[in-house]
Amino acid sequence: MSDAAGTTPRTRPGRAAVPPGRAAVPAQRVPARRVPSVPVLVRLRLARDLMDRCYAEPLDLDTLAREAGFSRYHFAHAFRAAYGEPAGAYLSRRRVERAQDLLRSADITVTEVCQLVGFSSLGSFSSRFREVVGLSPTEYRRRHWAEQAPLPVPGCFVLAWSRPGSAIRPGSATQEKPGGPPAG
Amino acid sequence: MIKRISHVTVYVLDQDSAKAFYTEKLGFTLTGDADMGDGIRWLTATPPGQPDVEFILADCRMGHDAETAEQLRALVAKGALGPGVLATEDCQKTYEELSGRGVTFVQPPTERFYGIEALLRDDSGNWFSLSQRSAAPSA
Repeated sequence: MSDAAGTTPRTRPGRAAVPPGRAAVPAQRVPARRVPSVPVLVRLRLARDLMDRCYAEPLDLDTLAREAGFSRYHFAHAFRAAYGEPAGAYLSRRRVERAQDLLRSADITVTEVCQLVGFSSLGSFSSRFREVVGLSPTEYRRRHWAEQAPLPVPGCFVLAWSRPGSAIRPGSATQEKPGGPPAG
Repeated sequence: MIKRISHVTVYVLDQDSAKAFYTEKLGFTLTGDADMGDGIRWLTATPPGQPDVEFILADCRMGHDAETAEQLRALVAKGALGPGVLATEDCQKTYEELSGRGVTFVQPPTERFYGIEALLRDDSGNWFSLSQRSAAPSA
């Protein structure tokens, strides 16, 4: 019963009426990010704080949504709208940031680092690490030790200044890819 | 010549709540609370141990048009703003004290090359580092 394509002028589907199914939104243009209201942001922050605090635990979307007091669906959408990346991507970025710290300071294996910061597999750890940092964990550690000097920036600011997207360091080989969600 | 810093501005979502939080939980001393009209107050408090620096606990509407104020409120609420570092002589002890009073920490005391640091949030969403500097190497 769908209309023959292209016979009618395009109308925008009513936003509120979309059921929580997976209606594929034809996304040619990037919709302007709508910042959630202040009360919603406050609740989303609770979930984000939980990730900052308990990054090493196996936090899933249900747990995070519960922390914020939203349904999974609402939480996932609102989080992304507020912070520019899916909650899962934020969590894994936080874990990578913690891993960087351990690689710089602790004399433990990459596998141990991987487990300590909450990744369940070495493969996902390595690929996410490379995506965020631009180097493999081993290369990262080697370079750090070669350069020796600690980064003269307090850790709180390192975390606060890391941001969605990949490879902060300029000039690392490759990509400038549009921020595709690295699947939370 | 500039002599020192005397005031810092911290934007808050609710001045009543901020007043209670900063004085009762963080142990600040209230130094000013005056009506400026439109429901906005000049609200100031000093950190314990530093009576010559006042925190202006500012309503986001202060000095801003409605749209800017709302953007500012959103930034505070989502936890994007970190006004600074609070110094302590014993990070672990202060962490326990403040946690006991219900202050939210996003990071427990953690060793860094410059000392021990924890991260806390105020009641609005602003984050502060709570840092205990390592003894400076004798020069």
